[in-house]
Amino acid sequence: MSASTPVVEVRGVTKSYGELQVLRGIDLAVHEHKAIALIGASGSGKSTLLRCIDLLDEIDDGDVLIDGEIVTDPGVKPPAVRRRLGMVFQAFNLFPHLTVLENVTLAPRRAHRQERKAAEDRARELLARFGLGDREGSYPDRLSGGQQQRVALARALAPNPRALLLDEVTSALDPELVGEVLEAVRELKAEGITMLITTHEMGFAREVADEVCFLHEGLIVERGDPETIFTAPEQPETQRFLRRLLDAHRV
Amino acid sequence: MSAVEQTDRRAVRAAAKRRRERRGFLIALISSVVVIGGLALLVVTSPGWGDVKATFFSWSAFKTSFPDVLRGFWLDVKLFLIVEVVVLLLGLAIALARTTRSPALFPIRLLLAVYTDVMRGIPTILLVYLVGFGIPALALDGWPSDPVVLGGAALALTYSAYVSEVYRAGLDSVHPSQVSAALAVGLDRVQAMRFVVLPQAVRRVIPPLLNDFISLQKDVALISVLGPLEAFRVAQIQASSDFNYTPLLAAALLYICVTVPLARFVDHLQNRGRRARQAEAVTA
Repeated sequence: MSASTPVVEVRGVTKSYGELQVLRGIDLAVHEHKAIALIGASGSGKSTLLRCIDLLDEIDDGDVLIDGEIVTDPGVKPPAVRRRLGMVFQAFNLFPHLTVLENVTLAPRRAHRQERKAAEDRARELLARFGLGDREGSYPDRLSGGQQQRVALARALAPNPRALLLDEVTSALDPELVGEVLEAVRELKAEGITMLITTHEMGFAREVADEVCFLHEGLIVERGDPETIFTAPEQPETQRFLRRLLDAHRV
Repeated sequence: MSAVEQTDRRAVRAAAKRRRERRGFLIALISSVVVIGGLALLVVTSPGWGDVKATFFSWSAFKTSFPDVLRGFWLDVKLFLIVEVVVLLLGLAIALARTTRSPALFPIRLLLAVYTDVMRGIPTILLVYLVGFGIPALALDGWPSDPVVLGGAALALTYSAYVSEVYRAGLDSVHPSQVSAALAVGLDRVQAMRFVVLPQAVRRVIPPLLNDFISLQKDVALISVLGPLEAFRVAQIQASSDFNYTPLLAAALLYICVTVPLARFVDHLQNRGRRARQAEAVTA
């Protein structure tokens, strides 16, 4: 694998739900150890793009590649592809009937056929790192939103995925709980985990991302390094979006 | 001295609350005595009470018939337990087959849809007749002709149709985001069903499943039309041989001894479920 092969690559992907065109030709490449932030208004197609990359939604045209290999061929088995990626959802989506430890070890044990001991050791190490070492026996409904989302991060990381897809991981949290989840993501970035992040936290995107892409009505209208996008955006749509956010914050 | 005043207010309120509770208890007691006592009086003073007492509430008839009725009831219990296990497994298999999307299974899904409609559409007693007398009439080699087995099979057919619908409602009630999460961690569809959807679905449908248990527990008596000596049948025979209906009452008592505790247990589970959901709503 040459150094220039992106871990995740999206080529000309389109997707519509009936009449509604959600993605209108997206090109994107996430290289190893890099983090890309997707920003844009609700309904701009950010979440759909992540779901399409994880093969949870079927794309219409174009291709998704993982480590240079096309995974959107009809012959490719989706579970094998998803095992190479980790996904974290806005609403956590933890399994409510399983304890924290079981949530994290389910995939390694069942999908990756790891030994129970090995899976649990790895899960405990991850949980300890996210400050959840004492909660492994708890059920998700006994945890705060921030704790649940950190468990979801551990669950996604447990099988050592090639890349993490983070879908608005702080949007369902109370404001005072956002920080602890962002801190966890920050640490993962420092470790060099490859990430594709959709977010409404602009300060966070600016700090963590190597590249920021602004999605507008199913297209990436503008992309570049965070400094440029946030301080001197060129496209009028980007300028308008950032101004609206700024106004909202001032209120 | 506001502190003292507050303590006074508290004592006054507590006393008022105690008075209210005492009064409520007293009213409940009096109204119960009046209603229940009135009903009992109505029955006991009715013109035919003497005859009813002799034919339905004869202690000696109860004593002589009870051992036989109890032996018959043991057959009911055994049959109920076996049919219940069959129903739980068959119902689950039907529900799972009906939720798959595999095109190869389309004819099976179609047949199962027809099956559940037809089996729920036929009165249980009619189905017991049809299976109990129809299958032996076919004179097929190796097919059972024992009325207990055939009656049990008829009950299993009806109840598995009902129970499969209960399971299906449970499977539908699990939010699609759970499937997304299961697939996203790398499970395939079968594993997602087995480890994520099914355990949540089954937990949710335990109370309605137990309700169907209670119903089946009573419907076991329907196999009496095929002749096996189960509790109702035994009681019927004894009642018609000495013109005393007390054995029927003995049989009723035995059914109640099993179904009422089951019903209380279902209530208990449902209450617990409601409390859990309320706790969830509060913390969410």
